[in-house]
Amino acid sequence: MAKIIAGMGTSHVPGVGAAMDNGKTDEAYWQPLFAGFQPLRDWHKDNVPDVNIIVFNDHATSYSLDNYSTFTIGVGEEFIPADEGWGPRKVPNLKGHPELAWHLVESLMADEFDMAVAGSLEVDHGCTVPLSIAYDQPDEWPTSVIPLCVNVIQHPLPTAMRCYKLGQAIGRAVASFPDDITVGIWGTGGLSHQLGGERAGVVNPEFDKTFLDNLTADPLANAKIPHTDFIRDAGCEGIEMIMWNVMRGALNDKVNEIYRFYHIPVSATAYGAIILENTD
Amino acid sequence: MTTRDYDDVPGTYVLDSRTYRRGYHLNMFLMTLNKAECREEFSQDEAGYLAKFKLSDEQKQAVLDREYLSLLHLGANVYYAFKLVSHDRKPPQVMYGQMSRPELSFEEFQKMMLSGGRPIEGNRYKDESNG
Ligand SMILES: [Fe+2]
Repeated sequence: MAKIIAGMGTSHVPGVGAAMDNGKTDEAYWQPLFAGFQPLRDWHKDNVPDVNIIVFNDHATSYSLDNYSTFTIGVGEEFIPADEGWGPRKVPNLKGHPELAWHLVESLMADEFDMAVAGSLEVDHGCTVPLSIAYDQPDEWPTSVIPLCVNVIQHPLPTAMRCYKLGQAIGRAVASFPDDITVGIWGTGGLSHQLGGERAGVVNPEFDKTFLDNLTADPLANAKIPHTDFIRDAGCEGIEMIMWNVMRGALNDKVNEIYRFYHIPVSATAYGAIILENTD
Repeated sequence: MTTRDYDDVPGTYVLDSRTYRRGYHLNMFLMTLNKAECREEFSQDEAGYLAKFKLSDEQKQAVLDREYLSLLHLGANVYYAFKLVSHDRKPPQVMYGQMSRPELSFEEFQKMMLSGGRPIEGNRYKDESNG
């Protein structure tokens, strides 16, 4: 039987990928961030699952106003880094895991989550930056990846509770996969930030801390946050945090918080990361 | 037009059905800048390239002038607008600072973020901010 070993939350700011791709990580601006990645990278080195399910959002890359789904699972054999306007990132292609991906689709549909299915998907920084944060710059990624896209841009968005419940359904789906494989699940995006408008640059460390505290101890509290509270208190783009609820929902009720890191700023964003190990 | 309960958040542009309809063609133009051949064509003749899309004169002018806050007012979403600043090979903080009120230079925006970011206090409701 397949088993979820842990969940990770991480922001997926494109600048982090660019700093790595352009060899800038030793610069004073980036140094504190990459120092904070080290314990996380050490943990990942010792805990490589067979597959990572990466919950992220597409940022007007593969999806746009002409066609946008709420929840999409990538079932392909391979996923390539997308050109987001400055040429594709020079990072390895992602190897898919079609067997588990299709099992997720079938199980989630039976569980009344109507998933969109993508056979080919060019993935943007939302998916590749978390891989770079966890695994640095390898010649190939050490795990297969199942990309799971959530619409967090084009309203109406799924509720924070819906995201949590999707996570719970993913947890059930993985537990019913017959092969003995290990699975990681990553919630990405956030934390508080706003990119557009007169209020660009707004962040809220207090909101973020409460969210991270509740992620470990009281995930239902995060699932009950209305969209407008995210927009008002965590910035328009802070609403990406609902994707962390998918990750948390897939874990057991009780988890061990292994590592937490918080840093302002990365570009216009409050960076956050957390690792939660599943208890038996 | 129907209102939303986030309409009283200052300086914030949510991509909802109202923005979607106002900005459809503008955002779909911006979306083409994901493709190298479209970026090339746009570089050669910006006005000529824009003429291929159903944009208003105001929208075209805001693109040509790189007026990012006007672009948001005219229906662009920030993730789509990002394509234009990337096309110009400028860091996004240039756009974030230009949209800020009061307006900030790249250096001023960086400085604000390095000193902890724009505070949420005073920026939650329109009637408590200047935004
Ligand atoms: Fe994002």
